Amino acid sequence: MQLEVAGLDVRYGANHAVRSVDLSVAPGEIVTVLGANGAGKSTLLRAIAGATPISGGTITFEGKQVQSRNTATRVKSGISLVPEGRQIFVSLTVEENLLMGAYTQTGATTHRDVERIFQRFPNLAARRHSAASVLSGGEQQMLAIGRAMLARPKLMMLDEPSLGLSPILVEQLFELIAELNSNGLSILLVEQNTHMALQMASRGYVLELGEVKAEGTAQQLADDPRLAEAYLGAQDAA
Amino acid sequence: MSGYLAGIVSILGINVIFAYGIYVTAASGQLNLGGAGFQAIGAYGCAIMSSVYGFSVWTSILIAMAIGGAIGFVIAFPILRTRGVYMVLATFAFAEVVAGIIINSEFLGGAVGLPLSDYVEVNAIIAATLLVILFVFYLMSTRVGLAMRAVHDDESVADLMGVNNRAIQVMSFALGGALAGLSGALYALYFGFVEVQYFNALLSIFVLLYVLIGGTQTAWGPLFGASFFTLVPEALRIGEDWRFFIFGVLIVAMMIFRPEGIVTRDALDRLWLRLAPGTRHG
Repeated sequence: MQLEVAGLDVRYGANHAVRSVDLSVAPGEIVTVLGANGAGKSTLLRAIAGATPISGGTITFEGKQVQSRNTATRVKSGISLVPEGRQIFVSLTVEENLLMGAYTQTGATTHRDVERIFQRFPNLAARRHSAASVLSGGEQQMLAIGRAMLARPKLMMLDEPSLGLSPILVEQLFELIAELNSNGLSILLVEQNTHMALQMASRGYVLELGEVKAEGTAQQLADDPRLAEAYLGAQDAA
Repeated sequence: MSGYLAGIVSILGINVIFAYGIYVTAASGQLNLGGAGFQAIGAYGCAIMSSVYGFSVWTSILIAMAIGGAIGFVIAFPILRTRGVYMVLATFAFAEVVAGIIINSEFLGGAVGLPLSDYVEVNAIIAATLLVILFVFYLMSTRVGLAMRAVHDDESVADLMGVNNRAIQVMSFALGGALAGLSGALYALYFGFVEVQYFNALLSIFVLLYVLIGGTQTAWGPLFGASFFTLVPEALRIGEDWRFFIFGVLIVAMMIFRPEGIVTRDALDRLWLRLAPGTRHG
């Protein structure tokens, strides 16, 4: 396994946001984490990224325990998080946002990597010197993903990437994620759009109040009538 | 250069360096309303090194900068525990503490002040100002400068990018302290005398206004703000009674029409396009 989370606990004061979660991602796998609002999905991703302190458990990435390492070290070792709501740097230009993604990269390849992102996203290339705040929601999401790619991740975690995007853009977004994955990038995906997420992922976990309530292959989760009713919405929802 | 002009240019240079001392902390998202305290540390440090210990002018200036930087570094830790308006108050309190220590210290001349035997010419101040301007522009073009702006925008996302927010903020405070200290040292050496009354709350407010009204988005902002606030009061000297009234109206007008400061990235982009169509600045 590339990522192994064991017995992870996160507490905010009296709030026990993540309770003894076990989760794993194999190299090149797409794994999804589902659950209602407030189930602890975002907290789980932030804890893996090192942005939220944990109160117990271990996080092992490529054989090394990283739970006591800071965010920068984890980014360097290959864990990137695309945060919920895009969260681009609004007063920086598009290009500067991408350069921030490469902050931990000390090599001289950064500029070539930035050009590669611009080739992939021509919309961003046209606005490279504009403030990132002028981008549309879809473009901002592409920028956030491009920025995360510049850290040369081995595992990319995406927190609700389809939030607020039109159906066409959601389609494009999932195509992009599939393409990144086909190049060998492992994906840990948190999504409200459970239908799409289960189509893409090979396995999934369902969180409820910080606990793993169910896990299995995407097919098993999609076929589970209890889950379909409780968390995943009606069958015809898309 | 006439004596009057030399005086204006010297004050301009000192104010520009001072403003950059406040700017480097503001650029990474922290408001420092204790500017006068840092400038006083530089001025008194330089006066002591030069008059009491007999160091040369340049050694005294460097030591004054080092003291300003070291105190900025140390004070950053308690100050960074506070946020927003509380940080403004904490830095303000810091400046008051510095003034209180000076006024009660016989060694530092108390309320009487300290004379300096050495001095610097206006040319030295011009050279120092140009160096500081170049340095800050260079700093803001590096990845450290980019990280400072990213921390200013969003600390939690900067953290996700692998930026050590705390290190960036502490470095900003230390660098700001060193630059404000440099401005204080030059002030002391140019005027040949330091007295604590000069380093008062109004000075802290003014220098922060230079930076905020000039604009914190680019390194042009403090240069513009400090120049504007130094030169316009001189130009308005004709109507002495009306001077501060007109000044106040200008400030309010600027805050209404250009809340991001006079010099913004957008304004620069448009200016570049007009000067050299087809090119963009980097």
